[in-house]
Amino acid sequence: MTEIALALTEQASTTRRARRQRLQDAAFRNATLAFALLVLLILGGVTVSLIDGALPALRAFGFGFVATEVWNPVSENFGALAPIYGTLVTSIIAMAVGIPVSFGIALFITEMCPAWLKRPLGVAIELLAGIPSIIYGIWGLFVFAPFMQSTVQPFLISTLGQIPGLGNLFMGPPYGIGILTAGLILGIMVLPFITSITRDVFETVPPMVRESAYGLGATTWEVVWNVVLPYTRTGVMGGVMLGLGRALGETMAVTFVIGNAHRISSSIMAPGTTISASIANEFTEAVGDVYTSSLVALGLILFLITFAVLSLAKLMLLRLQRKAGV
Amino acid sequence: MTMTHMDANSHAHGSRMIPPTAFAGGERPIAGAGLPEKISVRNLDFFYDGYRALKNISLPLYDRQVTAFIGPSGCGKSTLLRILNRMYDLYPKQVATGEVMLDGTNILSPKQDLNLLRARVGMVFQKPTPFPMSIYDNIAFGVRLYEKLSKADMDERIEFSLRRAALWDEVKDKLRQNGMSLSGGQQQRLCIARAIAVKPSVLLLDEPTSALDPISTAKCEELVDELRSDYCIAIVTHNMQQAARISNFTAFMYLGELIEFGNTEEIFTNPTKEKTSEYITGRFG
Repeated sequence: MTEIALALTEQASTTRRARRQRLQDAAFRNATLAFALLVLLILGGVTVSLIDGALPALRAFGFGFVATEVWNPVSENFGALAPIYGTLVTSIIAMAVGIPVSFGIALFITEMCPAWLKRPLGVAIELLAGIPSIIYGIWGLFVFAPFMQSTVQPFLISTLGQIPGLGNLFMGPPYGIGILTAGLILGIMVLPFITSITRDVFETVPPMVRESAYGLGATTWEVVWNVVLPYTRTGVMGGVMLGLGRALGETMAVTFVIGNAHRISSSIMAPGTTISASIANEFTEAVGDVYTSSLVALGLILFLITFAVLSLAKLMLLRLQRKAGV
Repeated sequence: MTMTHMDANSHAHGSRMIPPTAFAGGERPIAGAGLPEKISVRNLDFFYDGYRALKNISLPLYDRQVTAFIGPSGCGKSTLLRILNRMYDLYPKQVATGEVMLDGTNILSPKQDLNLLRARVGMVFQKPTPFPMSIYDNIAFGVRLYEKLSKADMDERIEFSLRRAALWDEVKDKLRQNGMSLSGGQQQRLCIARAIAVKPSVLLLDEPTSALDPISTAKCEELVDELRSDYCIAIVTHNMQQAARISNFTAFMYLGELIEFGNTEEIFTNPTKEKTSEYITGRFG
């Protein structure tokens, strides 16, 4: 009698436990879904408020906003061309410097580095990534820019600056600060990001695949170029895009060394500005709706540029994969 | 303890296909005497960071013959294979001493050009390792490293290699597809084709069928049988039936030592060493 009762209560408790677990599972599923939706919500919210904030400026200047160079707070006449130009050019310089150097470091660490140096190098790169951008800014302004002014820029002017055509890029007085200096600082800043990601993905190549390439008589360079890089192109592209995203949006360090001049010069040694530097510099002094709105519109443009870069990268990867026939 | 040991022994004798004959227990003539030696390993020692993984190995690899390396895991057979194309050189703290003569020159000499050596000594691994490129390029990759071929010559070389690896009929219409899209067995034959394409004289196969299904394994074994007529082949295998089926000579290794080397038939039917007979009858390993 008691045994039956015991069995019954046990069964009941099992059913209860099962129901409780089902409920817990449902709660867990819904909670994670809510967090996932939050991402979309935030993205949507940012986009909407950016567009809303930028509307007055876009209404006042129309398409001309992105096509004119004027930036006159007094007459309330604004055009975004100079910051857009500065953003793109500094990022291009940063990538031109950062990508090859990062690849070199990552390849050295994965392919050629003696074991005792591997860890110290890895840690150093992580530390480099951890330096706050304001420190790059101060260092850039007080150490790097004077060095550029006294040594690098005079050298560039006297050599590359003398070549017809190309020389236009390296003309004018050596200010020290300017687009080139900002681009180089950005290059240093994106270095650890691209390096650590490319290093990680290089290490995902199975040793046997690498050995088979060596086994055919390939040199280290041929193995890297023909096997390691194609094997890891998605990851490598991801690392480059992360670096580019950082270069496009970096504010503090650039503001310190770019000179903050709203104009486009043919020389990359001249002062200029970027979108993020303009916003950071001028937000506190922006009086009037149109001025503020113009700055928000700049932000919207930066948002769009980043979005376009990411989409392009995805498209490029898709095409690469299709070509490879995966 | 003694009982089981005796039991096992008598079982071993019972399972022999051919009863012990003239050579039993005694010295037999040097295996393969008279055949040209493609590779001669002499007094070879190998160290992983000070640990002696191979102990005084000496044996010949004959030209146009298949030599199988058998032995329990960790006995050094793969290590030995990786010395023959100096793959171990990629890693620090690995040292080989002794002599490995390939066509009369010592490949362990520091003056040996590693890339040229590896082009002459092809290798296929445990798992298929297609490169992330098309089937065509997978094979052309190695060829392009050392030869400048016209488009027509390259096409011809690729067809030759794929035919030799018994893969041509399966892939001839999709040479532009990624090599990684093939099945495991096809990938492994692609790797063999890739190794053949650079016209090596030695082929090292490191457990080439361990990741393959029985049908692909049979195809690969057939392939090895056909390739025998053109190459000096060394194959490491865990599968003793495979060693018995496809090799002319067998080397049994145990704990870094070469226990016995001889004609495959003799090793499997009439081993001279106790350890060998225990291993091939499956009593350990």
